[in-house]
Amino acid sequence: MRFHYDTSYLDQSRLLRYPRDKLLYGALFGVLALIPFLLPRYYVGEITYLFILSIASLGLMVLTGFTGQVSLGHAAFVAIGAYAHTYLLTLGVPFAVSAFGACSLAALIGFCIGLPAIRVSGLYLAMVTLAFSIVVEHVLGRWTSVTGGYSGLTVPSPVIFGVNLGGLVPFYFLCLTFLAVTVLLLHNLLSDRTGRAFIGVRDSEAAASGLGIWTAGYKVLAFVVSAFVMGLAGVLMAHKVQYLTPEGFGLIQSMEFVLMVVIGGLGSLRGAIFGAVLIGLLPTAISKLKPMLPSVVSGQFGLETFLFGLILALFVLFEPGGINARWIKLKALLQTFPLYRKDTYKRGRTYMKSERYR
Amino acid sequence: MTSLTIDNVSLSFGGVRAVQNLSFDVKAGEVFAIIGPNGAGKTSVFNIITRVFAPSSGRILVDGQDITAVSRHRIVGYGIARTFQNIELFEGATVLENLMLGRHRFAHAGFVHELLGSRKTRRFAAEARAKVEDVIELLELAPHRNSPVAGLPYGVRKVVELARALTTEPKLLLLDEPASGLNPEETHDLAFWIDDIRSDLGITVLMVEHDMSLVSEVADRVLCMNQGQQLALGTATHVQSDPAVVAAYLGT
Repeated sequence: MRFHYDTSYLDQSRLLRYPRDKLLYGALFGVLALIPFLLPRYYVGEITYLFILSIASLGLMVLTGFTGQVSLGHAAFVAIGAYAHTYLLTLGVPFAVSAFGACSLAALIGFCIGLPAIRVSGLYLAMVTLAFSIVVEHVLGRWTSVTGGYSGLTVPSPVIFGVNLGGLVPFYFLCLTFLAVTVLLLHNLLSDRTGRAFIGVRDSEAAASGLGIWTAGYKVLAFVVSAFVMGLAGVLMAHKVQYLTPEGFGLIQSMEFVLMVVIGGLGSLRGAIFGAVLIGLLPTAISKLKPMLPSVVSGQFGLETFLFGLILALFVLFEPGGINARWIKLKALLQTFPLYRKDTYKRGRTYMKSERYR
Repeated sequence: MTSLTIDNVSLSFGGVRAVQNLSFDVKAGEVFAIIGPNGAGKTSVFNIITRVFAPSSGRILVDGQDITAVSRHRIVGYGIARTFQNIELFEGATVLENLMLGRHRFAHAGFVHELLGSRKTRRFAAEARAKVEDVIELLELAPHRNSPVAGLPYGVRKVVELARALTTEPKLLLLDEPASGLNPEETHDLAFWIDDIRSDLGITVLMVEHDMSLVSEVADRVLCMNQGQQLALGTATHVQSDPAVVAAYLGT
């Protein structure tokens, strides 16, 4: 059992509060730092890809997990980040400026897409973002002078202060650094006033505006922050794939992002990373499993899509809180070991949700 | 202390006239109750004051300032806080986070400071927390401080909502059926708290309530509404014995 013994009002929001946390996160970083030197090159590349997916997943988590706005077109922001960055790099703009410019452009477009979100929500907002994503894909396909159209665009290597970080190991550490910084900044933002306002907008707009929260402003802010982070994922993705085509940022990719945040556990940054790791590893896992399966099954077309759907359905049915909720329960089980009750996390019914107005 | 003036306010949704030419004053430091049968327009009055609905005609004044055209999220800046008839808590957050949201309107470090988790942000967070702790102590919420709202019993949720309204440091508190669903003991506690809120914190209270025992215990004046109009106004005993009020409740 752990008892909270706070000696300051800020104790609860401290990042690494207990010595054990420091130890575990230190160990995690130690392992991540050693991976490129221990594992085969293929896996190093795969893990780099997981880092990029995690950044994207965090981006969507800000929007869907914290303000409750669903976006079915978030791959479009990744595309904008990737293409803008590549375009600026080919013009000879330095990496840092170009990356920041690309993220800012994504954020600006996020702002424009956020404006309709003030008026529409739920399914209708999902439609707006879906339409936006289709439009972006077509623009990327047709605007050949900038994007190279469907024939694609080659991405230059990332050169920072004269050092080429395009190699497998340097790029691994570049992505890891960006992921760590993103997690840290988003954690700061979401555990403070802005994050609470996001949750307020998600859970009850009526109460939130009664407390002085400008709901429209925070909805748009969530889109801006989310799009900026997606743009960053796009910047790194461009270097990872090295060759951009519009098909890489289609609806399937957007759906995968949604799956990541839902399966990971809405409303938690940890969940976003869990989700990204699971969804990111799934194709590899399936391809490893395929030879073991009978040919009737493995030969079927669309096995991956089927499994994606199955996993999502199972999570929604049995663990709506996602992997993160499972993680919290597991932690509680270990901490309270013989005393853990199965029903600890069973919630009472929710009261009177009927007459909500907005 | 604040005074509220409702000046000839009407609200209609198409042909439905929810509130018709309603006028009343709430004096500073008063506990003022609105009673009336279901559909009388009591909650509509609250929604007009907190700018959820714009009145079709009439004015609302707080301390002489006209708030009829103020946008909804700025109302709290005039020192007006409210609770809801059907509890509107932030279900996915803990009690503490719910109360911290009440501090949203006060000074803060700004977006970039928050992003970087600067010393300034932490100072503001600690200040807000100190104020929240005062309210937690007043309403005896300490055992539930870190519990998620979604798992709390109904009575506690009611208190959390009251606490959240208090963390905004209001001058005028609007309570929409604070005692509905509470047992007699909890209602009794509530009566004490309302009295404390008025006399110790100096907050003017305007409440909608059906429980006449609570109303006659705490309210200085009572307004009875029916079909959007004023039926009677005066002390609790005066209003309860008014023939028009009796007719409205029992039918004619």
